Amino acid sequence: MTTEENDMQTQPAGKAKGGASPFIRLDEGKLQPKRKVDMNSIAVVKSENFNFYYGSKVGVKNITMDIYPCSVTAIIGPSGCGKSTFIRSINRINDLIPHGRAEGKLFVNGHNVYEKNTNLIRLRQQTGMVFQRPNPFPKSIFDNVAYGPRLQGIRDNSELQRIVEESLRAAALWDEVRDDLKNSAFALSGGQQQRLCIARALATRPNILLMDEPCSALDPTATGKIEDLIDQLQKDYTIVIVTHNMQQAARVSQRTAFFCLGELVEYDLTSKIFSNPAKKRTEDYVTGRFG
Amino acid sequence: MKEEYLLKAAEPAAETNQSLVLSPLQDIKGFLFLHIGRSFLFLVTCVSVLAVLLIFYFVIRQALPFAKMASLTQFLTDTRWQPESDQPGFGALPFIVGSLYVTFLSLLFAVPVGILAAVFLSDIVSFRIRNIIKPVIEILAAIPSVAYGFFAVLVLAPWMQKRLGFSTGTNILNASIILSIMALPTIISVAEDALCAIGAELREASYGLGATRVETVFKVIIPAAHSGIIAAIVLGMMRAIGETMVVWMAAGNARQIPTPWWDLSQSVGTMTAVIAGDMAETPKGSAHFHCLFMIGLLLLLFTFFLNTISEYFLAGAKKKMGKTR
Repeated sequence: MTTEENDMQTQPAGKAKGGASPFIRLDEGKLQPKRKVDMNSIAVVKSENFNFYYGSKVGVKNITMDIYPCSVTAIIGPSGCGKSTFIRSINRINDLIPHGRAEGKLFVNGHNVYEKNTNLIRLRQQTGMVFQRPNPFPKSIFDNVAYGPRLQGIRDNSELQRIVEESLRAAALWDEVRDDLKNSAFALSGGQQQRLCIARALATRPNILLMDEPCSALDPTATGKIEDLIDQLQKDYTIVIVTHNMQQAARVSQRTAFFCLGELVEYDLTSKIFSNPAKKRTEDYVTGRFG
Repeated sequence: MKEEYLLKAAEPAAETNQSLVLSPLQDIKGFLFLHIGRSFLFLVTCVSVLAVLLIFYFVIRQALPFAKMASLTQFLTDTRWQPESDQPGFGALPFIVGSLYVTFLSLLFAVPVGILAAVFLSDIVSFRIRNIIKPVIEILAAIPSVAYGFFAVLVLAPWMQKRLGFSTGTNILNASIILSIMALPTIISVAEDALCAIGAELREASYGLGATRVETVFKVIIPAAHSGIIAAIVLGMMRAIGETMVVWMAAGNARQIPTPWWDLSQSVGTMTAVIAGDMAETPKGSAHFHCLFMIGLLLLLFTFFLNTISEYFLAGAKKKMGKTR
């Protein structure tokens, strides 16, 4: 875990200025996460005995873990172990699945998102999500990135242009597409599309990025680029990444959680998980003896 | 368990001495079966293609003599329809206008309702309830059109005379309402398929960026499904323009262009209705007889044109994830 961010402004959770809204925009000029917290003081995502069921089937059960700001947390585990369920519970995109049901508490930026009074739109703006397969809209590159800001009511063209440029720069895609912003997003390669999706998520100024196997549909070169990008982004964003690829988890993350059969088996520093895990099941998995 | 499977795969097949070479008899048998089967299926397929071509041929052959007997420009532009008088007038314009009028008016009702219903089924209601509602809507398409006609004449027409004070119950509005109900199942069904084909990925992307359901539907889903939706509209239009029984019963069969054009309480006649109405009483080979075929040919061209458009957009919907938007 890096420590350069210690001088960051401390914000107690849920009590920022702005009355009803606990969310503030730190810097109007630059693309920045809306809110930063002292990495040592509080977890950005905190789940307490969190369960998620699909009908009567258990998705995840009894997950208690803290995810720390401005770092990369990887979630690994065999297929069907609930990794995706958990990450998709964080921004409640799982609500779209019929018969889904959540129990327990899951705090994002200090608010239990499974309370009835949750502002889902703000929650999803603050937690950008990148999906398994690149899923750009059938629109131009510009319109893809500007989609989120436009939803927030930004109409001014120069403002939109600025946000689009900053987001594309942050996603390391600007130099490749700067002259083709009007082209369809489908004209891009798979890896470029995925970086476009990251730019699109960044444009809503989240402070958390949720990545659900972002490289599973990409070739090794594109994967390398995305991993470099994750390295860059973790300075400013809290990143949670679900991955099948254990080498990837080892390369990009500071902390790793191992899920198995819907349970959190072990959660620790990545170096510890891969070199000296506390649990036998984790060791079997990371050494490839099971899974 | 894994090991057992591997062991099994490594075992040789039970009887390895069976030859893999076909005997000459087997070879010929296979050859014959392949080709006989193939030509049989080809013939069966050709029957339907042939039927379409024959219909075209037949209609054109019966329509052509009309061009010699009367003037085609008069046919397309004149409003006087008096085929049986001493100085016959073959102006089909009132029927062309009537057909288009009733069709577009019915689409004016059916398209917004149909698309909203499709959105409701694809994006709002749960999958279980959708699976109940959609078949019910599709039953609407199975009701014979004469039943709709009954409803138009016996229920809607008296109601319009009594409540709306229309002089006649069989009028433009009546026919358009019934036609729009008949076009609805087509529009809803095809548009819903197009909306569902967009899949969860784009929806998740949109919701994940903080979009509401309304924003997702109108900014992402409908634009992405636009070609399928246009195809749905065109198919609904074909249903309405080709419909005969209902307009014959409900539109009043007047031989006039409605004036003023916005007065929906007037009667009109449509191309389909005039063919169905006049054909039985027309002496074979007369100018009137051939004129009806000319109207039929015109109608055939309309629907052929619409069908081409819908095919184009349905093909577009199938490869919707193509290069350009």
